[in-house]
Amino acid sequence: MTKLLEWLFGVSFVLVAWAVVSFDLLDLSLPQTYREVAWPMPLYLLVSFGCYSLATVGYRVATFNDCEEAAKELQEQIKEAKEDLRKKGLKM
Amino acid sequence: MSPWQADKYSVLLPTYNERENLPLIVWLLVKYFGESGYNYEIIVIDDGSPDGTLEIAEQLQKIYGEDKILLRPREKKLGLGTAYIHGIKHATGNFIFIMDADLSHHPKFIPEFIEKQKEGNYDLVSGTRYQGNGGVYGWDLRRKLISRGANFLTQVLLRPGASDLTGSFRLYKKKVLESLVERCVSKGYVFQMEMIVRARQLNYTIGEVPISFVDRVYGESKLGGNEIVSFVKGLLTLFATT
Repeated sequence: MTKLLEWLFGVSFVLVAWAVVSFDLLDLSLPQTYREVAWPMPLYLLVSFGCYSLATVGYRVATFNDCEEAAKELQEQIKEAKEDLRKKGLKM
Repeated sequence: MSPWQADKYSVLLPTYNERENLPLIVWLLVKYFGESGYNYEIIVIDDGSPDGTLEIAEQLQKIYGEDKILLRPREKKLGLGTAYIHGIKHATGNFIFIMDADLSHHPKFIPEFIEKQKEGNYDLVSGTRYQGNGGVYGWDLRRKLISRGANFLTQVLLRPGASDLTGSFRLYKKKVLESLVERCVSKGYVFQMEMIVRARQLNYTIGEVPISFVDRVYGESKLGGNEIVSFVKGLLTLFATT
């Protein structure tokens, strides 16, 4: 099953469950509180996911490692390499 | 004979206009492979570079030997997937390293890749910029934001089981690389992503090693609208087809 299909199945399942509870489609006679809580759920979930995404990406950008030493080390090794290669006869 | 001497690591270096960098990356590869004692060869796949990369490669071959530096050039720029296929055909190792030739990937991580692979007998080991003490040098805020944002989107949509999908510093078992390359159809960044996704589909095991990525080219290379659009297209295609 492709990821797309997995998502479609998952979303459909959630929407069906939501519709059944919110609109009492199966005449389940659920308590009013269930319906009141279920009704705004899709919107809440979307907004929560949006906030989670922003927070996660923001955190990951802020903690993205800057490899200062790696860059310095590379510069030094470049010098060393050029010198050694010159000695070995490389003409650049 | 020690057990690890039976393994041989072929490093594939596709090059295009890397006259300046090729000697340096080869020097570093020779240094770290030499120090670690692992058996290796470097296969330079030059796509007809007009700047004389091949000529420099020939000089390196004289210095380091034809058993260590193999030249398998092509006439023109033909793309990464075919470069790998071409390289694999000539590789005598049972393991293959792929990496960039522009010094953004540092050979000092090679022993870590090898040890990681042995640790779990992984089918492939992927270098990650996003975990552990992996990271990047030379990126501004915009670039970091795009990178993390794209990676987040990819994680949500594909749940790939690897933290860095667009990275191209990897170690593969030769047979694994062969079977993946023939299945992959994308180009550019998306090609590297597709390799990981297909590896998961085929139940290959994936290990990770944090790496530092030193971007000296950024500023000359652009991550503009076009690349972003084609990345999103490629991602959605993988989402819908795998």
